[in-house]
Order: sequence, then structure tokens, then C-alpha cells
Amino acid sequence: MDKIIVENLSLQYADGTESLQGINLGIKERAVNVLFGPAGGGKSTLLRCINRLNDLTDVKSSSGRILLDGKDLLDPDTDVIALRRKVGMVFARPVVLPLSVRKNLTYGLELAGERRKSRLDAAVERSLTLAALWEEVKERLDEPAVSLSGGQQQRLCLARSLALQPEIILLDEPTSGLDPISTSKVEAALQELKKNYTIVLVPHSVQQAARTADTAAFFLQGELIEFGEGKRLFTAPRQKQTEDYVTGRFG
Amino acid sequence: MNRILAINRYQIQRLGFGLLTLIALLTVVPIVGVVVFITLKGAPAISQEFLLGFPRDGMRAGGILPAIVGTIYLTIGTAIFSVPLGIAAAIYLSEYASDNIWTRTIRIAIINLAGIPSVVYGLFGLGLFVLFLNFGTSILAASLTLAIMTLPVIISTTEESLRAVPQAFRTVSISLGATRWQTIRRIVLQEALPGILTGVILGLERAAGETAPILFTGAAFFLPRLPSSPLNATMALPYHLFVISTQVPEMPIKVQYGTALVLLIFVLTMNLIATIIRSRARAKRQW
Repeated sequence: MDKIIVENLSLQYADGTESLQGINLGIKERAVNVLFGPAGGGKSTLLRCINRLNDLTDVKSSSGRILLDGKDLLDPDTDVIALRRKVGMVFARPVVLPLSVRKNLTYGLELAGERRKSRLDAAVERSLTLAALWEEVKERLDEPAVSLSGGQQQRLCLARSLALQPEIILLDEPTSGLDPISTSKVEAALQELKKNYTIVLVPHSVQQAARTADTAAFFLQGELIEFGEGKRLFTAPRQKQTEDYVTGRFG
Repeated sequence: MNRILAINRYQIQRLGFGLLTLIALLTVVPIVGVVVFITLKGAPAISQEFLLGFPRDGMRAGGILPAIVGTIYLTIGTAIFSVPLGIAAAIYLSEYASDNIWTRTIRIAIINLAGIPSVVYGLFGLGLFVLFLNFGTSILAASLTLAIMTLPVIISTTEESLRAVPQAFRTVSISLGATRWQTIRRIVLQEALPGILTGVILGLERAAGETAPILFTGAAFFLPRLPSSPLNATMALPYHLFVISTQVPEMPIKVQYGTALVLLIFVLTMNLIATIIRSRARAKRQW
């Protein structure tokens, strides 16, 4: 089942960097959906369309639709706050807010109006457990979040978006700054998470794309070159450009 | 050949550092000089009567309480008008306004406002607040005049502190379902607060030490009692210092330096508070 359907999406930034040209794509529910390709291909742009974070950027023109459960989320009438609670995001660099570990996790919930301590505490433990971080930080919840290691911070960012109980999690090269051990922890957490969440991942390497993908979409200079089931796309790509890229001939 | 050059490079470096240290020291000398000189000359005048008493004998004896209280009133008055307005303007410029002709005009206006001589503010205050709005020569008119003079300092330092907060915090906060205002209130202002406070205090400190803007708008030559309403005129330390240094014959020098010392302590204390706030914030900065 497709959770998100991208229909004929085109977009151009005012400064001329990255763009999308007529993208059609289905994002599968409860699966890891990988968007990959060389830098500047439009992967991040697509991610930032799905939670309307591009509203903050200078977009010159955009057209097309993104249907989430059948409703166009690019519609100007969309409640973007509600949308962003439903669609969590993890960025390439772990950006913890200048608050304690606990406050980082409860930030979104408190904004959503949750005041009950029992609910907030439960959300802290649940989201940290899901992000495979609970055991490491359960004694340090009231320490500043920056005191955690880089890998822990990135899992905290993952936990932070999970605390809002989203339906979709967008990850933009979440392991690009991490060592191999932290990377494998994040990847393992994703495999657990996909049982309940729809995941859209921009991986930081082709290897990671191949390791994690249930579905894969190959982007090149704003165009979707190939899209399909993960294993098939990496073992038997249909397009020459996809094959060249996954076999390491360019990129 | 190379070896000789290498030695020379190190010598040049040492020479350069030496020169820079000397120049740095030179900037410290006048400051220390002024403080030490005024302290030595003024300290003998400081007594309980001097700080808590009213002027006597045509201001040649007694105390300077009305001037001290007046300066405190004027500083508070200036803060009431300039701080909320200045911070709000800075938030608008840094967080909401996009870069266009309109905001560029505002920025140029702010920069130019900072360059206007203080006596011009005084005349402006006389025209607008004292005469046109009919506030009279009063604490209110003087505070408003000082507030306008202080605004550019507060706006530009606040805007700078807001911009120093990493953009990523805003993006993350928005992505977690915060509105722009929630992001500003909970994250951005929180982080920028020490810088904002420093700017506010430095701006107010300048206002506290100014004479020209209050000259026509609120300062009184001599008042036998403390002001009881914002519409009263008031004595103020900088103006009082001007008066007793130039307008009163046979003024004991001790009283002049005593007044200067009190004004200096007032301003340096504010400066010290700003420094403490800043260094504390730096120590606990979390990024």
C-alpha cells in the first residue's frame, strides 16, 4: 500500500540550486523507502516537500501534488503544524536543541499541548527505546543534550521525532557524520521501526541504500531515473544510468 | 640562505607580537588613568551626607541625592520605552522580515540614527515631546528622548544576538511542529538573551551618562526636593556635573570630582553587570 503518492511534482529554488522535474513516485507504507543518487539530485528537496519544510526556503515555482492518505499536502489550506507532527524528520547533522535530553524529547509534545508528566515520561522512555538509546542515557535525562556523543545525539534526534508518534519518518543522510558502529545502530533501529512506521531515507552511500532499501528511487539532476523494489533495483537495474551509479562507475 | 630567512621570520613575528601588545597596552592606559585620577580626587568627597543629602549653599556643599535619584529615574524611564520597542524591532528584522527595500531602509535608518549627535536628539525631544506633545520639561520627555537615542544600539545588538543563534535550531523546531513565534520564544530568545541583555545595558549606560539630550527636555538646574511625578523635571548626574563645573563660581573642586566619581561608578557598575552576564552565558552555552 502506498502511504504517499507523489504526482508530477516539479519545483525550482529561487537561487537555481537543486530542482525537481515531474516526479511520480509511490512511498510504501511500513517500509524503508530509499531515495538515492549523486548530490544535487533533488532527494533532500523531495523530503523537505513532504513535511513542507520548503515553506521556509525561497522556492521560485512548484507544481504537482503529494498525496498523503489521499489528501494533497501541498494544498495551501493544509494545516502544516499538524502535518509536521505526523511527518517526523531527522537531519544530516545531529542538531540537538540547547535543552536537556528530556526536554529535547518532550519539546514537540509540549508544543502540542501535552502537560501531563506521566504522558511525557512515558513518551521519553518509549521513544528512546525505539531509537535504541534508552539504556545508554536513562541515567542522564536531565543533562544537556550536547553532552552526548555524536552517535547518541543522532539517535536522540530520531527519538525526538518518534516522541510525537508520527506516521512517517524522513531521514536525510542521518548517518553521514557517524562512525560505523553508530551507523549500524541507526540502521538496526530503522529495521525495527519500519514495522510500524513509513520510512523515507536518503542514505549517505549506495551501500547503505542497498542494505536498507525495501523500495528504491534513483534521482539524477532533479529527475527520477528509476524506481522500484529495492533488491531488484540494485541487482538488476533497468536503466543504464542506474547501473552505472550502483556499480560505482560515477557518483 | 633558507636558515637565515627562517630565523628572520621568527624575529619578525616576535617584533610584530611585541608591537601589538604595546598598542593594546596603550589603549588600556587612558582608561585606567581616568578611573584612578577621578577616584583619587573624588574619593575624599564621598560621605553619607554627599550620597544621601540635598545640595546646600548654592550646591557648593551638602549632597547630590536628587541628581543620583534623577539619573536612576531617567535610566528606568529610558528602559521602559526603548527595551520592549528595540527588542520587538530586532525580532521583526531578524526573524520575520525578508530582505527587501523596506527592511534595507529600516536598517539604514537605524545605522544613521546611531550616528546622530546627541544634542540633535535633545533638540528633537524639545520640539516633539516638550512642546508639541506638551509634556513640558519632564522626566517623561527626557526619557523618551533618551529612549530614541538608545534604540539603535538595542536594535542592532539584539538583532546580532538573534542572528548568532544557529539556523538549524529554527529548522528543527519548525520540523517538530512549532510555529515561528513558538520557536522564537522557546529557543531563539532563550539563546540570544545574554547578548540582548548586554546590548540593553550598554545602551542604557550610554543614556545614563548623556547630558545633551536631557538638557532641554528634562534636566533641572537645582530642585529642592525629589521629583514626585513623571511630569516633573529632575536633576541628573551628568547635567549636575556640567552645572557645578561651569555655572557655579567658587565651586569646591572636591564636590566636582565626587560627582564625577559617583557617575563613573554608576556607569561602570552597569558595565560590570553586562560583563558578568556575558561570561556566565558563555560558560554554560550548550553548542
